[in-house]
Amino acid sequence: MVIHGVYIVSKSGGLIFNHDHSIPRIETEKVFNYPIDLKLDYDPKKVSVAFGQKDGITVGHVLNSINGMPVNGSTLEDGRNVKEVFENANEFPLTLKFARPKMTTNEKIFLASMFYPLFAIASQLSPEPKSSGIEILEADTFKLQCFQTLTGVKFMVVAETTQAGVDVLLRRIYELYADYVLKNPFYSLEMPIRCELFDTNLQALLEQMEKGGVTTI
Amino acid sequence: MTIHNLYIFDKFGTLLYYAEWNRIKQSGITREEEAKLMYGMLFSIKSFVNRISPTDPKEGFLFYKTNKYALHYLETASGLRFVLNTDTSAVSVKEFLQQYYAKVWVEYVVKNPLWVPGTPVTSDLFKQKSDQYIRQSSLFASKSA
Repeated sequence: MVIHGVYIVSKSGGLIFNHDHSIPRIETEKVFNYPIDLKLDYDPKKVSVAFGQKDGITVGHVLNSINGMPVNGSTLEDGRNVKEVFENANEFPLTLKFARPKMTTNEKIFLASMFYPLFAIASQLSPEPKSSGIEILEADTFKLQCFQTLTGVKFMVVAETTQAGVDVLLRRIYELYADYVLKNPFYSLEMPIRCELFDTNLQALLEQMEKGGVTTI
Repeated sequence: MTIHNLYIFDKFGTLLYYAEWNRIKQSGITREEEAKLMYGMLFSIKSFVNRISPTDPKEGFLFYKTNKYALHYLETASGLRFVLNTDTSAVSVKEFLQQYYAKVWVEYVVKNPLWVPGTPVTSDLFKQKSDQYIRQSSLFASKSA
């Protein structure tokens, strides 16, 4: 029973609120000898695994540190280029730490605006008349449940596939939104939600749900 | 329970086969345009799911549901995509699609030497067997029946 995150998207498709609840950190540290038996992709912004997943390091994971020294983009903290370090056999063995990339705020905004057309196309391609947009989207690692209010605001929760009662949770979040965001005189519609009371109440709601299940909320 | 329609795409987005059974609403655009729209949506969903997933996905996107229908998705390792629209109460459609792939697609399309890979399937035998397979399944029961 895990809830990974809550997203609120405004009527126009902008991300106005995001709360990461429990995102598991996936990190692997391993000692490598020369030459590295992974195919790496050297991008100026990040060094990621392109081929050869093993020991929990999978394709798409990003290089975080070398011998405990953090990597910024494709350079080490002391200014050396990662690729040059890897090509130098004298540097080995090296301890490399790989991790699944965390979503940046920009990426979240991008994804939120990407969900908007998917939602609309799903209703257009429907074989039945008067279909709504996507309500539940399921993959093998999570499910995303979406609740659209009559005014067009979308509440989304990303949870484990086995999590029950997400629809009840969504309606409770809507209540909190109505109570703490819409009644806040300093809040203007369509703008990001920065409201402490909403944050704390949402946090409490999610914790309550994790402890006692749906029936307690 | 009912099955609405079926789309089969290859890895380049070509619509290889389309069939429909209980489709009440047409999208109002031509079949080619609809196929492009569908493929584009699936492509976006795939990248969306990969990025929003809290852990490393293996199979990735499985299905989505609206209040009226459910879209089930199966992608083979070779990039073939099966899309089946059913009502929202259908269960274990993934297994059904895997069976469909193994028993109908492989048997009557892949093993047909006259089929040129990457082109729409025109074989009458395949059409007949595919229709038969879908109609026989437990998922298929017309609402009017």
